[in-house]
Amino acid sequence: MIEATELTKRYGRTTAVDRLSFTVRPGVVTGFLGPNGAGKTTTLRMVLGLNQPTGGTVTVDGQPFGDRPRGLRHVGALLNADDVHGGRTAHAHLTMLAVSNGLPRRRVSEVLAEVGMADAAGRRIDGFSLGMKQRLGIAATLLGDPPVLLFDEPLNGLDPEGVRWARGFFKQLADEGRTVLVSSHLMREMEQTAEELIVIGRGRLIAAQSLRAFAARSTQLRVSVRTPDTELLAALVTGEGATVRPEDDGSYTVTGLPAERIGELAFTHRVRLHELSPQRASLEEAFMELTQESVEYSAGAAR
Amino acid sequence: MTAVLDNAPARLRVGAPARFRHLLAAEWIKLWSLRSTYWVLGAGALTVIGINANSAASNADRLAHQQLPSEPPPGASVRPELLFDPLHTAFVDPAWQLLMVIAATVGGIAVFGEYTSGLIRTTFTAVPDRQAVIAAKVTVVSAVMLTLGTLVSGTSFGVTQMLLREYGGLSLGDPGALRAVIAAALLAPLCALVGMAVGAVIRHAAGSIVAVIALLLLVPALFRGERYRWVKEIGNAMPLSAWERLVMNPERARDLGKYPLTITEAWIVYGAWATAAMAIAVLVVRRRDV
Repeated sequence: MIEATELTKRYGRTTAVDRLSFTVRPGVVTGFLGPNGAGKTTTLRMVLGLNQPTGGTVTVDGQPFGDRPRGLRHVGALLNADDVHGGRTAHAHLTMLAVSNGLPRRRVSEVLAEVGMADAAGRRIDGFSLGMKQRLGIAATLLGDPPVLLFDEPLNGLDPEGVRWARGFFKQLADEGRTVLVSSHLMREMEQTAEELIVIGRGRLIAAQSLRAFAARSTQLRVSVRTPDTELLAALVTGEGATVRPEDDGSYTVTGLPAERIGELAFTHRVRLHELSPQRASLEEAFMELTQESVEYSAGAAR
Repeated sequence: MTAVLDNAPARLRVGAPARFRHLLAAEWIKLWSLRSTYWVLGAGALTVIGINANSAASNADRLAHQQLPSEPPPGASVRPELLFDPLHTAFVDPAWQLLMVIAATVGGIAVFGEYTSGLIRTTFTAVPDRQAVIAAKVTVVSAVMLTLGTLVSGTSFGVTQMLLREYGGLSLGDPGALRAVIAAALLAPLCALVGMAVGAVIRHAAGSIVAVIALLLLVPALFRGERYRWVKEIGNAMPLSAWERLVMNPERARDLGKYPLTITEAWIVYGAWATAAMAIAVLVVRRRDV
């Protein structure tokens, strides 16, 4: 369980994190989403006690993490896969971490095997691809078998097979009853990974709810329609304030009316419908819509 | 919340209380799992010993071929005093300044290397007790450098005095010899401590190295003047000056100039620098963002 209350971080006149309050529960994967520069990494660093908050508090299992003498048995964290010394072997890197927390050395080969890196144990980290470094970082988080795990953009650099593996792995960790927080700036990465979402923009909380509830927030309501009586239906729905757009496959997309209302109109006016299907709002769109005003570095005009 | 935690998995049930010796072991692994450690320490030790031995060998050679006047020059004592100082050949200035640079660099790298690589965040996440981490690092690096310093100092003394055995070579029992060997052995850990403190404050590679070399070598060279007492006193307060005083052959310590450093003061300089460096290294990491 991670609890942040009014968490704030200012650098001079810039406010990186602005009175952020949220709770991350155990047992589910929570996605931590926001555009680049939204303050995700700063927030995670404050959770870990690496950065001091300007205001507010954050606790992990009821205690500020920085107050614990040793960390690995409480929180496993992967902030940046490059936070290693390239001159060491994967085995030496993990051994020094395990030893610092008084963990048995056998944990090193155990976690390396768990992330599929057993063969690379004796190689220097310098020669690793980003994907391998991510796996090494994930292995390090597992050393102390902690109840809370934090991952900052862990899917960067992983190949499709690695992404699939990591997703399953995060789910498994959550199913074991752990608290799992995974950050990303891409909604599509979270779509198949997270159950709960915390969305921030410009350091402020935009949403903290389930993925399903978040998807429903999209204001764009779209329905795909197929009908031989195109002109009649178009006239009817535009009369109710909706817009109709023809698609390449011969169907039409109606925006601005719920499927139920379109069905009623068609029934009353004897319009034949071959298809009437509400389109699940794309999460990506919901995310873009909600974070649009808070994008730190947008390319050109708002698109 | 407690209930949830109780349900949390615990495949790892080994209770491991936080012990300082775990951190010492981790720092030991950190140091020796980098190839550069072996290279820098090995090459450094051999170079310093080599310079000292070479100086002794060439001095022995020069003394062997020296033509002593058969008769004392008019007005002089019966035999001209041998101005050659055998102790000094074991403690050739440039060689030991090189050792200072190596020790300070190794100490500095041990600290700023964690910052420049980003490893410090991984380290402090594994061990949130930052001061304990730095205290362990200071202990391990100092111990290793003390071993290196003792090895280099002892070997330099032994080899040079053996080469000079026919020209007044000293043994450890001779006045000032043991003191010189100890002071030289302590120079490496002292400079490593200063390197660690500077690395902890500056946290950047080039900046740390430049700063520590300027502090250890440039400042004592600049503050040697005797016109103003304060200038000389600043120079006197530097580790290099203290070392020079401590390795000086007491038989030859006649012309020390104005405002000389006493032996006691020199030891105090050593102690003060070591204490201050340790305190700075440990205190400075406490609350800064990493």
